Amino acid sequence: MALLSKKDTNLILDPLADNNPITIQVLGICSALAITAELKASVVMSISVLFVMGIGNVVISLLRNLIPSKIRIIVQLIVIAALVIIVDQVLKAFAYELSKTLSVFVGLIITNCIIMGRFEAFALGNGPWRSFLDGIGNAFGYAVILIMVGFLRELLGSGTLFGVPVLGDPIAKTGLYAFGYENNGFMIIPPAALIVVGVLIWIQRAQNKSLIEEA
Amino acid sequence: MSINTEKNSYTIIFAVIMVVVVGSLLALMASGLKSKIKENERFEKQQNILYAMGVNRNQDESSVNFIPTTEVESIFNNLIEGQYVLSGGEIQAQEEAYLIDLKKEINKIKKGDKASLPLFVGTNDNQKYYIIPMYGKGLWDAIWGYMAVDEDMIIKGVYFDHKAETPGLGANIKLRYFMDDFIGESIASNGKFGGISVVKGNNDPLNEDKSDAEVDALAGATITGNGVSDMIKESVKLYQPFLQSIMTN
Repeated sequence: MALLSKKDTNLILDPLADNNPITIQVLGICSALAITAELKASVVMSISVLFVMGIGNVVISLLRNLIPSKIRIIVQLIVIAALVIIVDQVLKAFAYELSKTLSVFVGLIITNCIIMGRFEAFALGNGPWRSFLDGIGNAFGYAVILIMVGFLRELLGSGTLFGVPVLGDPIAKTGLYAFGYENNGFMIIPPAALIVVGVLIWIQRAQNKSLIEEA
Repeated sequence: MSINTEKNSYTIIFAVIMVVVVGSLLALMASGLKSKIKENERFEKQQNILYAMGVNRNQDESSVNFIPTTEVESIFNNLIEGQYVLSGGEIQAQEEAYLIDLKKEINKIKKGDKASLPLFVGTNDNQKYYIIPMYGKGLWDAIWGYMAVDEDMIIKGVYFDHKAETPGLGANIKLRYFMDDFIGESIASNGKFGGISVVKGNNDPLNEDKSDAEVDALAGATITGNGVSDMIKESVKLYQPFLQSIMTN
């Protein structure tokens, strides 16, 4: 028996492209805009969301027949908040340096609409294993966009990747800068993220016409 | 077995159980990890203070590397020879003054109460460093740091940190190219105490002019930069009685 059936594989692969949470469902945009000025922050945020979403989806799925529908949103919020606090505390105790980088995102994870969206749309109606795959898949879909945007913004805005200069030294005028290249300061401010995400959405829909919504 | 999950009584019982379970889980974890977290915070303060007086493991021009946590305690005890508090214009020695929460003390002053402001004196390579902590507001949340000066009120080093400034913009106050700019500036030009301003377009991006009490701002982080200016100005004001007493004329 294969580990993943075809349907299960689609749970992971669909959110990567044709049902991407950011570019197609346009969820989780707030964090995609706020933290993608640097590649490192994008990666850290992606890993955190992966963790919270994978476990959160399983927890909600296990509780799905017990959760009273009237207070289900609050229950979802408690699960997310509890997971985020656990991650934060464990990091503070055992990976203090990393926790300082992460603390900015704690609030952002709690408010990330992709997580709530998947709890609501998937985990409440499906078993734990499939919910886990769905959570992981959507987190990867989110990560792909975040990392692409982070890569472009850091490269064009600061000339670095993960903080390491890759285009030469802008002050000493070496590398590309010797030919008159300048960093584009616009790329590191939040509106640039909106434009980059917009361009990604454009490219994706131009490639696959079936994704274009009817006007 | 099927439960009617729509009943009000069930909803309330579920909510109570959920809160109790999650609450105790989090409380248990917090108390279990508390001592470890406290220790990390203590080491961090020691690392930051040492960093401000130029004691670090920086290997190149751009990275910030602290003394590792395994050694920081003994190095801190060796180099920091005095920990004091400034209270109502008087300076008194106090052990472990570095653990004082500056935010609380500043709030006391705002309320008009008597506060104990911590300060440190350290020696490294026959150079005396007078280190004052700083606390202020950035764009989103708190910013803080330490500043080390010598007897001539020339800044020997600074360390800035922040709680939640924007990554890539305001968060860059803790990067070398920003912090290093402060070294060599004077907080008392012409005998008059003042801060260091973070300004845009002062035609000195490499900060070669050390007499202007200005450093070049970070692009896209105006409010965080202004926060840093205000924080330094406030701290110099708070610690002026102490700074005055050590200044050589």
